[in-house]
Amino acid sequence: MKSLKTAMIAILATTSSIAPALADMAKALGAGEGQVDIVAWPGYVENGSSDKAYDWVTDFEKATSCKVNVKTAASSDEMVTLMNQGGFDLVTASGDASLRLVAGKKVQAINTDLIPNWKNVDERLQSAPWNTVEGVHYGTPYQWGPNVLAYNTNVFKEAPKSWSVVFEEQNLPDGKSNKGRVQSYYGAIAMADAAVYLMSKKPELGIKNPYELNKDQYAAVVALLTGQRALVGRYWGDAAVQVDDFKNEGVVASSSWPYQVNLLQADKKPIASTIPVEGATGWSDTTMMHVDAKHPNCAYMWLNHSLEPKVQGDVAAWFGSVPAVPAACKGNALLTDAGCETNGFANFDKIYFWRTPTGKCEAEGTCVPYSQWSKDYVAVQGK
Amino acid sequence: MPQPLSTLFFRKPGLLTAVVMAPPLLWLVVVYLGSLAALLLQSFYALDDFSGLIIHEFTLSTYAHLFDEANYQIILRTLTMSAAVTVASVIIAFPIAYYAARFATGKMKAFFYLAIMMPLWSSYLVKIYAWKLILAKEGIITWVATNLHAQWLIDGILSIPAIGGSSLSFSYIGTFLVFVYIWLPYMILPIQSSLERVPTSFIEASADLGATPRQTFRNVIFPLAFPGVVAGSIFTFSLTLGDYIVPQIVGNSRLMIGQAVYTFQGTSGDIPLAAAFTVVAMIIMGIYLTLAKRLGAFDAL
Repeated sequence: MKSLKTAMIAILATTSSIAPALADMAKALGAGEGQVDIVAWPGYVENGSSDKAYDWVTDFEKATSCKVNVKTAASSDEMVTLMNQGGFDLVTASGDASLRLVAGKKVQAINTDLIPNWKNVDERLQSAPWNTVEGVHYGTPYQWGPNVLAYNTNVFKEAPKSWSVVFEEQNLPDGKSNKGRVQSYYGAIAMADAAVYLMSKKPELGIKNPYELNKDQYAAVVALLTGQRALVGRYWGDAAVQVDDFKNEGVVASSSWPYQVNLLQADKKPIASTIPVEGATGWSDTTMMHVDAKHPNCAYMWLNHSLEPKVQGDVAAWFGSVPAVPAACKGNALLTDAGCETNGFANFDKIYFWRTPTGKCEAEGTCVPYSQWSKDYVAVQGK
Repeated sequence: MPQPLSTLFFRKPGLLTAVVMAPPLLWLVVVYLGSLAALLLQSFYALDDFSGLIIHEFTLSTYAHLFDEANYQIILRTLTMSAAVTVASVIIAFPIAYYAARFATGKMKAFFYLAIMMPLWSSYLVKIYAWKLILAKEGIITWVATNLHAQWLIDGILSIPAIGGSSLSFSYIGTFLVFVYIWLPYMILPIQSSLERVPTSFIEASADLGATPRQTFRNVIFPLAFPGVVAGSIFTFSLTLGDYIVPQIVGNSRLMIGQAVYTFQGTSGDIPLAAAFTVVAMIIMGIYLTLAKRLGAFDAL
């Protein structure tokens, strides 16, 4: 009798906590509203105007009569700001934005039954912590990718095994010091790269999650990065500038994205990339729907369209990312069958996906928040 | 009987002025001063270090943060760079402006105007990226130096502590050179126009009274052209003070004020600190403009 009561309470508790989220969720789809407004990363929603071969919008517009309007955003913060202002239906949010949007109640739960292509989605991404909260899906995965260690193959005959080549002073295989020849990303989120390295290098710190650091762990990260400053001529922010740094500035090892590595390889430069034994950070983006979306039917149609293997493969080829739909990896002319592997498909388990560090955290109770990371990383670079 | 509008305006001339001036005034007050006021207001808020959220309560703690070692260094660095760029611009611009104003005639004068103005016609970004290629470790300057067996010279310059670095484009020297190149026309033009306004009769009178050319320059021409120098320096100083693109592309990742504003506002959401940095830049320019006004710079524009 008692156990029944407990069970009843448990059921009540679960349903009541999920109910508000589910109540607003769409039950069925109606006709399209004629348009859909999307906030996206540059290159994420292409209609053929950049390159005729890369177009996953025109067919959608013809088939659904939903005109696609895109507003590109350059940073996660800009995306959050735009969604807070409203007037958009969808956003392609990275992990350092998606949970903020959920917490701010700016995005709505998604009814996956209305998205036939949901079954195509990589199972590893379907209920990832950056798109699913308490079992409720807030959007469909779009693309992901690792932050790789790019290196010069003339200097490294074998791929470097550890991130230490960019973090600690040492002689590289060509006998010269790494001083002035390595780079790191300029944004504070790059501090997580150092945290990932310290997880293996100094296990006594007990770092469980590179985005959840207590004061001591954080101090160790800052100390490592302060030492690294002497090795780094300039931190990279712009992908095109980093490509140039590899070509003309004698940079031989740096954290990077598959995008730059693909560009450099296409240019026949001796550059390759690897994910060292410590693992790596990465990003995973989710298409999320605004809580007050004016065009929900067109938005659902786009969500479904965005999970078509053809679309997924084309985006991955254009952006240098990994599709959220594994079926996209085969038979795509633009991506080619080797594309997924090149962009990091097999490395999912080695990746700690980007999240915004917050004051409250699971691993340590209280953690150092992102605003502090930001201030300290500026100070480190100024040293 | 209803009055025609023209009669009304004729009787009350103030009304016509009000109607005509209202839209631009509204623009100035609401959009320009309004955003400045919002900025000022933001700088008196602070970010909660724990949650990363902005606390909407009056506090001076954000301004106190400006005196943290890292932030204070940013301000100092930017001021030093702006001053260095301004001084170098004056030294380079004055002889050019002097020749263009006093000696060049006809085709030569047209050539000078074109040569000074031409860089302003191409995109600012293109010029900066071009300079990155010139200054790169494997760029044009290094190539020339290697062929002249003068690589030791570049290595020597780069090994100077503080301003050196691993490559010209990764150092303060590089940032400085690009700034001087980009803003030089803004220095040349006001100096040239103030030199052109020095009456020839003054110079002749000076010579007639027995002054040597050097004395004439020191006592007649330079004092009269000085307001133009100050006017030009307003441009070079303020443009360097606020720029965030040049040091981002050519530099060593040590932030300047403009980049700090961009970083704190754009990536970390710390709008109060970004606003406080902006206020610093405004105060510096306020002081600079007051001094410039005393030196007569605005008469030269």
